[in-house]
Amino acid sequence: MIKDAVVLSITAILIQNVVLVQFLGICPFLGVSKKVETAFGMGIAVVFVIALSSMITWALQTYVLVPFGLEYLRTIAFILVIATLVQLVEMFLQRFIPGLYAAMGIYLPLITTNCAVLGVALLVVQKEYSFGQTVIYSTSTAIGFLLAIVLFAGVRERLDDARIPRCLRGFPITLISAGFLAMAFLAFNGLKF
Amino acid sequence: MSKNLKVLTNGIIKENPTLVLLLGMCPTLATTTGVINGLGMGISAAVVLVMANIAISLVRKFIPSKIRIASFVVIIAGFVTMVDMLLKAYFPSISASLGIFIPLIVVNCIILARAESFASKNTWAASAMDGLGMGAGFTLALVLLASVREIAGNGSFAGIPLFGDNFSPALVFLLPPGGFIAFGVLLAVINFFRAKKEAKHD
Repeated sequence: MIKDAVVLSITAILIQNVVLVQFLGICPFLGVSKKVETAFGMGIAVVFVIALSSMITWALQTYVLVPFGLEYLRTIAFILVIATLVQLVEMFLQRFIPGLYAAMGIYLPLITTNCAVLGVALLVVQKEYSFGQTVIYSTSTAIGFLLAIVLFAGVRERLDDARIPRCLRGFPITLISAGFLAMAFLAFNGLKF
Repeated sequence: MSKNLKVLTNGIIKENPTLVLLLGMCPTLATTTGVINGLGMGISAAVVLVMANIAISLVRKFIPSKIRIASFVVIIAGFVTMVDMLLKAYFPSISASLGIFIPLIVVNCIILARAESFASKNTWAASAMDGLGMGAGFTLALVLLASVREIAGNGSFAGIPLFGDNFSPALVFLLPPGGFIAFGVLLAVINFFRAKKEAKHD
C-alpha cells in the first residue's frame, strides 16, 4: 500500500515529469523561469491549485458527470471549475493570508491557462484513479512541475552571463537548454522498482 | 476584400502564432512526433479557432467586459468538445494518438489570444479570416517541426520510409529532449535568416 503510493509519487515527479516528459505547462515553464525566486513562487502556486482542482474535478466526475451521463460536458465543466477555483483561491489569500498573496498573487491568474492543471484533471479521469491515488498523483505531478521550473531557472540565471551566438539568443537557447534538462530527466526511465 | 486577404496572410507569415509570437508551446512540442499527428493537431486547432472567432465576434456586443474572458473560455470549450467528438467518431486513430491534447485545445493560448485581441473587436468575416490565417500558420509550423523530427528520428515522412533499411535514425528526436532542441534550432535558423534580411534592408 505505502509502496504503491511511493512508486506512484516518484513516477509522477521524476519518470513522467509533467513538463519535461509530458509537455504540459510549457508556457509558464518558459515564461516565468528567468529567476529562481519567481520560479519558486509560480511553482508553489501551481502545486496548490493542481492539488485542489484535481480533487474537486475528481468528485465532480464521480458524483455528477458519470451518474447523470454527462461525460461529454467534461472539458467545459473542468475548465469552469479551474477558473472559479483560481479566482476563489486568489480572493481567499488576499483576505486571510496577505503575505502569501503578495508572494504568489501575480502568478495565480496565469494558472487558469496553465495546461498542466486541466491536463492533470483529465489524466486522472483517463487513468481511472481512486480518490487517494488522485491526491497522491496530482500533488506529485505538481511537485514535479515545481522541481523542473526551479532547476530550469537555475540554468537560465547562468545563461545570462554566457556569451551566446546572436541567432541563438533569447528563445532558441532557452529551448535548447530545456532540451538538455529533459535529457537528464530521461535517465530516470532507468529507475526500477 | 484585400484587407481580409491581408488579415489571412498576416497569421501565416508575419505574425505566425507559433514561430513568431511563440504561443501554444505545449501542443507544438507534444504532438510533433509525426507529420500526421502534427497535421491532425493543427487542423483541429484551426477549426476551433475559426468557429470560436466567428461566434465570439457575433456575440461581442452582448458580453459585459468583466466576464468576457470566462465567456470566451466557455465558447471555446464548446467547440473543442465538438471537435473532440467528431475526431473520436471519424478519425479514432488520430484521436487516440493525440490523447488529452485535443481537450487541452481549450487552454491553448493562441485561441484565447485571438479571441481577446481580434475577434472581440472586429466583424465576423474579418474574424473568420483571422482564425483561418492563424490556424494555417499554426498548422504550417507544426508540420514543419514534425517533418524535421520524423525524418531525423524515424527516417520517414508521414509514415512512408525515406532512406531504406540501412538507415538508423536518431531516436532522440522523437523523445521529449529532441522536441525542445529541434524547435530551438528551428527558431535559431529563422532568426538567422531574419537578421540577414534586416541587414540587407539597412
